Amino acid sequence: MTLEVAQLQIHHRTDTCESRNGFCPSWIADHFGDYVHPFLQHLVLTVLAVAIGFAISFTLALVAHRRRWLVNPITQVTGILYTIPSVAAFFLLLPITGRGTDTALVALVSYVLLIIFRNVLAGLDNVPEETRDAGRGMGLTDSQLLWRVEIPLAMPEIMAGLRIATTTTVGLATLAFFAGAGGLGEKIFSDIAYKSNVVVAGGLAVLLAAALDGLILLTQRAITPWTRAVAQP
Amino acid sequence: MHSSDSAHTSGPSSRPAAATLEFRDATKLYPGQTEPAVDSLSLTVPAGDICVLVGPSGCGKTTAMRMANRMIDMTAGDILLDGRSIKERKPAELRREIGYAIQQIGLFPHLSVADNIATVPRLLGWSKERIRARVEELLELVSLDPGETRDRYPGQLSGGQRQRVGVARALAVDPPLMLMDEPFGAIDPINRERLQNEFLRLQREIRKTIVFVTHDIDEAIKMGDRIAIMQRGGKLAQYAPPAELLMQPANSFVEDFVGADRALKRLSLQRVRDIDLWQGDEVPYELVTDEQGRPVSWRSPDGRQSPATPVLEVDDVLRDALSDLLAEEAQYGPVVDERGKVVGILSIEILAHALHEEVGA
Repeated sequence: MTLEVAQLQIHHRTDTCESRNGFCPSWIADHFGDYVHPFLQHLVLTVLAVAIGFAISFTLALVAHRRRWLVNPITQVTGILYTIPSVAAFFLLLPITGRGTDTALVALVSYVLLIIFRNVLAGLDNVPEETRDAGRGMGLTDSQLLWRVEIPLAMPEIMAGLRIATTTTVGLATLAFFAGAGGLGEKIFSDIAYKSNVVVAGGLAVLLAAALDGLILLTQRAITPWTRAVAQP
Repeated sequence: MHSSDSAHTSGPSSRPAAATLEFRDATKLYPGQTEPAVDSLSLTVPAGDICVLVGPSGCGKTTAMRMANRMIDMTAGDILLDGRSIKERKPAELRREIGYAIQQIGLFPHLSVADNIATVPRLLGWSKERIRARVEELLELVSLDPGETRDRYPGQLSGGQRQRVGVARALAVDPPLMLMDEPFGAIDPINRERLQNEFLRLQREIRKTIVFVTHDIDEAIKMGDRIAIMQRGGKLAQYAPPAELLMQPANSFVEDFVGADRALKRLSLQRVRDIDLWQGDEVPYELVTDEQGRPVSWRSPDGRQSPATPVLEVDDVLRDALSDLLAEEAQYGPVVDERGKVVGILSIEILAHALHEEVGA
């Protein structure tokens, strides 16, 4: 098996920390550089997938916001994409897009569509009717109302959707190596019995998810100051 | 003040301060309905007047108001703003010229008070400095402290403050017509009373043409120069100044709607200063005053003194004055001016006479 070969390459089977598959700080310090490239692959894969997914589902939500009859069909299609098991999706796509980043991206993007679509739509729907009415009554055109009032007010929900989509994608991207797209998953599964390896590769994935989540949260706080403004006595 | 001066000189001075609004057989029939929501409404609101549309729910008063800025497009008839049909206007452009204030106020929660007020000026492409100055001027006009309020979000304001900001926003580009849909509806009775008075004072300054929708006949009588009472089916039952409405209701619907206490309501239309007061000889007691002329007590012919209550003010409406007299079980009471000086005596007898005479109009 390829996995066993990889295992042997990573450490020698003498009676050391490494040979006991333990948690070995010195080994980690020596080999940390090996994880940088998979980490960056993982980061790029996640950011690209979420960005493309956001662009598609945000557009779909804007279209469906004005044409309500589109909500159900879009929800159903993105819902079906959401339920296909990811590994199955990678293999299904192989004959079409071949091994590599493209295949992984297509699968990952199709997962975030439903999450972001639903959140953007919910955010737009939650804009109070009287706010919309006041905007129209003051002479805002439909597109001015959308960009100046509805979208800013939907921002908390939109950003919440983005957070869920991002953390989910970091997790799913660990399976991207099945499609030949590398990433931290490749490292994890290269020696799943070796604690040091799993802790570093898995830890980096968790760290990436937390960092991206924090970044989006900070952005949200910066662009929605009104949500934290409280009544003064 | 410098800033407000500059706002004024750069203001839209070419626009008339107030416009005449005319409904001509304006009708709205919603698709699938057999009965129109507004049925050939014809009425003219003179420039600078407050026209109150009042009636029970479902009478079409809000629909009628919303037709004026094309938030609802009429099915037949016409509406003229300063003689020009609103049907020839692009809805968005028309609306920017018409102030709009609604019950829930509809301030944008994500924008500061200043940015809320600046909405229409920005749509019209005003310069930054002009907008800044105008915001300052408007906040002062509605009795809010610009320094304290400007940068707050609507969520940080009280209901009354929000309402004032709503009015300031509706006034932002000095529109010749304002539409107000139950603007004081969501406010507690005490603050509503204050905001109504404040708004009437403001209106005396700005003299806008205003269409004001309410379901509350007392508010209509208080706010309206003219009142349009509407009944179910979108029909206009009567269009008249408040006094005429109370004295000569056009039909039994109007009579019911203004209420059995319409005689009392007429007392709300006049203030103590509007009627002839007694000057002392008509009462059996002598009114004792201090050096400043303020009332102290009543002195009976045999020298006994009793408190001179209630003390009434010239600016009280007759209804409140009557209420005070009844509460004190008094036949009459001294009336004082703004400085507290006695100017006459008001009695229940005078009030009864006032009701017989033609009121207001």
